[in-house]
Amino acid sequence: MADIQAPRKSNTSILNSIAFRGVAYQVLLAAGVAFIGYYLYVNVNANLERQGIATGFDFLSEDAGFDIGESVIPFDSSQSYGRVLVAGILNTLHVAIVGVFLATIVGVLMGIARVSRNWLVSKLASGYVEVCRNVPVVLHVIFWASVIRNLPSPRQAITPFDGIFITNRGIIYPIPEAHGIYPWLGVALVVGIIGAFVLGRRAQKRREETGQFIPTFWPGLGLILGLPTVVWLAAGAPLVWDVPALRGFNYQGGASLTPEFVALLIGITVYTGAFIAEIVRAGIQSVQHGQVEAARSLGLRPGLVMRLVILPQALRVIVPPTTSQYLSLTKNSSLGVLIGYPDLVNVGNTTLNQTGQAVEAIAIMMLVYLLISLTISVFMNTYNRLVAIQER
Amino acid sequence: MVDSAAPLPGQKPAAEPAATKTTTPPPVEKIGVLRWLKENLFSSPFNTVLTIITLFLLADWIPSFFQWGVIDAVWYTTDHNVCRAADGACWAVVAEKHRPMLFGVYPYEEHWRLVVALIVYMITIILTLTPRFWNLKILVPLWIVGGGTVALMLWGGLFGLTYVDSSQWGGLPLTMVLFTGTVVIGFPISILFALGRRSHLPAIKAICVTLIESMRGVPLITILFVAVNVFPLFLPEGMEIDKLFRVIVGMAIFFACYQAEVIRGGLQAIPRGQYEAAEALGLGYWQHTVKIIMPQALRICLPGIVNHIIAALKNTSFVLIIGLFDILTATTAVMQDPLWRRFFVEAYLFVAVVYFIFCYALSKYSQKVEGWLSEGRRF
Amino acid sequence: MSETVLANTAAVEPVIQLTDVNKWYGDFQALRDINLNVDRGERVVVCGPSGSGKSTMIRCINRLEEHQRGTIVVDGIELTDNLKNIEAIRSEVGMVFQSFNLFPHLRVIDNLTLAPMWVRKMPKKDAEQLAMQYLERVQIPEQAYKYPGQLSGGQQQRVAIARALCMQPKIMLFDEPTSALDPEMIKEVLDVMVELAESGMTMIVVTHEMGFAKTVADKMVFMDDAEIVEVATPEVFFENPENDRTKLFLSQILTH
Repeated sequence: MADIQAPRKSNTSILNSIAFRGVAYQVLLAAGVAFIGYYLYVNVNANLERQGIATGFDFLSEDAGFDIGESVIPFDSSQSYGRVLVAGILNTLHVAIVGVFLATIVGVLMGIARVSRNWLVSKLASGYVEVCRNVPVVLHVIFWASVIRNLPSPRQAITPFDGIFITNRGIIYPIPEAHGIYPWLGVALVVGIIGAFVLGRRAQKRREETGQFIPTFWPGLGLILGLPTVVWLAAGAPLVWDVPALRGFNYQGGASLTPEFVALLIGITVYTGAFIAEIVRAGIQSVQHGQVEAARSLGLRPGLVMRLVILPQALRVIVPPTTSQYLSLTKNSSLGVLIGYPDLVNVGNTTLNQTGQAVEAIAIMMLVYLLISLTISVFMNTYNRLVAIQER
Repeated sequence: MVDSAAPLPGQKPAAEPAATKTTTPPPVEKIGVLRWLKENLFSSPFNTVLTIITLFLLADWIPSFFQWGVIDAVWYTTDHNVCRAADGACWAVVAEKHRPMLFGVYPYEEHWRLVVALIVYMITIILTLTPRFWNLKILVPLWIVGGGTVALMLWGGLFGLTYVDSSQWGGLPLTMVLFTGTVVIGFPISILFALGRRSHLPAIKAICVTLIESMRGVPLITILFVAVNVFPLFLPEGMEIDKLFRVIVGMAIFFACYQAEVIRGGLQAIPRGQYEAAEALGLGYWQHTVKIIMPQALRICLPGIVNHIIAALKNTSFVLIIGLFDILTATTAVMQDPLWRRFFVEAYLFVAVVYFIFCYALSKYSQKVEGWLSEGRRF
Repeated sequence: MSETVLANTAAVEPVIQLTDVNKWYGDFQALRDINLNVDRGERVVVCGPSGSGKSTMIRCINRLEEHQRGTIVVDGIELTDNLKNIEAIRSEVGMVFQSFNLFPHLRVIDNLTLAPMWVRKMPKKDAEQLAMQYLERVQIPEQAYKYPGQLSGGQQQRVAIARALCMQPKIMLFDEPTSALDPEMIKEVLDVMVELAESGMTMIVVTHEMGFAKTVADKMVFMDDAEIVEVATPEVFFENPENDRTKLFLSQILTH
């Protein structure tokens, strides 16, 4: 105040320093977050105490007391909440893995169909994509669940092939009866796959050294399929089909897919397949036509152009968004709760209702999904780093 | 010095008398319908086989679908037995049940209010999407009037309208409320999250990254469970927040985390020079962000933004799990009616068509806006 | 197979023969009654205004475009729908594009060895030796293990030329090889092309670089409005063109 002659001080005030402001904002924000966290914690504790709800994860070792329709691991209602949650996680992974596999097939076929030069095929594929991605996945799942619920009862089952029965109790199909040699068929298959892999590597090395081409596709396929066949024949070709048969109101024998599993699987596959088709189309179209022309003008056959030039470039564009579709499919498998498929969210929800421990139950669900997402993201980032195209 | 050739078309007639030119018509088989057929359906043996198989399947499916959906269909009846007797589709289920499907458990005599609300809502949205009205002086009053009318119609309690609690809202209007609430609340949050994630301040960045990545890593259902089951526990004793509002906020934050990633992509695509130019002009952080950076970023990532808005519309259907009566929940509830239950295909097809119309229209609209932007049209 | 054909046709036959070639895009005629012979070792420069059909013509020669009437014979093989013939011709005819079209996912050396290994079935070692040889010829051996995206435009185009040469083609086609380059990079590419011409390669070059044309061309071809308007030696073409359209074009392009 006294010294009006002095240079204007306000400009050098600490409050205008960018560094100070930065620190101040962050301290304020951190304090705010910490305060809100503490406030919520206090409230939650008070509310839980008042309602007489237990806290902590002790309930995991208590008896669940409810049964689930299907499980990858053996489970019955006398086992613990912990085990039923593990069964739920495995069911989630089960439907998600099969779904990812099928959605990829659907998506790749439809994506290729969309860029087909065949007008009819490409229009039909775009029809599928537009219709299926503009309708909510919830509706897809509910719709298919209703369709299956309204299928004929086991007595009037639809039989597309002998021994396969499509009913409102699920899809029942025959499987070969267990036999001592079958585990060895699996071993033979693995050996065959390794053999085919080695064959491919050696053929590549040979080609690089001498320029000679050794066909690998048919010999490789022969190894993979032939080795188990040979083992099977050597064991005297044992094969007895366990064909399901109607006994009373349901089938006995064979194996079955539950209606809930089938409905959830079809719903999320059809929905995600449409998104993957769109990604595949964009990926193929992202490879410039000049690349094809350059490859053709070097004398490469169309098959080689696809394998050496188009696919490696298209895959770089296709893989990252497809992975997030896989993640989204996995998260959408939580719609099992709607139609009674015992996935993680479904059993978690039952646990929540029985124990009242909402915070813990929901935290478990979220953490498991986060873990799945993080695992896939880590793989993804590694892949992207490996294949990134170098630019200046 | 040589240079690239200038195109000549303007001078051509002067240089060359037209009479000497031999204009040969293209060969006959190369024009018209035949050429189209050859190029698009029979260009190779493989394509020919594909076309024939597809045509064969279509010849099988289309007539039987037409027979079921149109010729044998029952279009209107109040008697479910008529439908049961028919071979075709029972569109009458939509006619019979459209009230509970479209309006849920909202009091029956008051349904006219929902019709008014829907009409006002659609007008507001259509006007908002018209570039001619992209001006805050028009949009702000429009939304105050539009939003006010919709709220008045839904809640009532004024001007002699009976009060209807939000727990009784249902059907298509509830879907609209969920959707609009999600986007209107979520969009500003998404911008803050996107800026926060690109912030130079480590604490802010860390909080935003953690929040965005964890929200994107979990299913929407778990967020809804938190909103319904856990959130009430956060509040001090005696305090309650409307369930519908909690759900909308949950969906808005979920939406914002996805949208923030799209906007971050847009921000990254802006050349450094734009930031430097803005700073050179002496604009502060908020000024240059709001006036220079954000408008460009939003333009760049417009397709992604619309994709997530469409996703938000589809995601409203998740409320089926927590028992809010949006159009899909209402339809599912109606389909519990044992008399009409077997005609679920028709009912769900109707709901699918409703969703499809809105989602498809939105995506077509975004393509149109992209076209305007690439033409360099200014708004 | 091509060798027997070669022996029969002897040296008198031109290596490329276009006879009454016509091509349409829809109703638009892109090539009208094109007749052109190119002898072994001959350097032909094609010029003309944009949209006159120059690129279409040379793209027809290795069948990146399909002509609809007339015949094209390259190295004794007529271009038909026969895929084997087309591939045989393409491996004898090198092509350099305006936009380089290098494969961005492969290193420079792998761009060069791709076709020798997969089409010529050459061992990797030999293919790499060959590739290095041609990279030295275009004067960028030090870039062999970089990716195309890390090179300048001029370097990329030189790699593209080396890539085509690795197939040891009998004929090289250049489709406006310098049009996409910054002025300071044009010379490095033209130098490589001049050197190639001096080594006796049969070349057809679509370009607006008239300095280059004067230096190397045995024959100038001027195209306008889908047809060949004038064919002449460079001396006649630049000093004393017959056709009015040629005169107009030259006056526009040379008066800068």
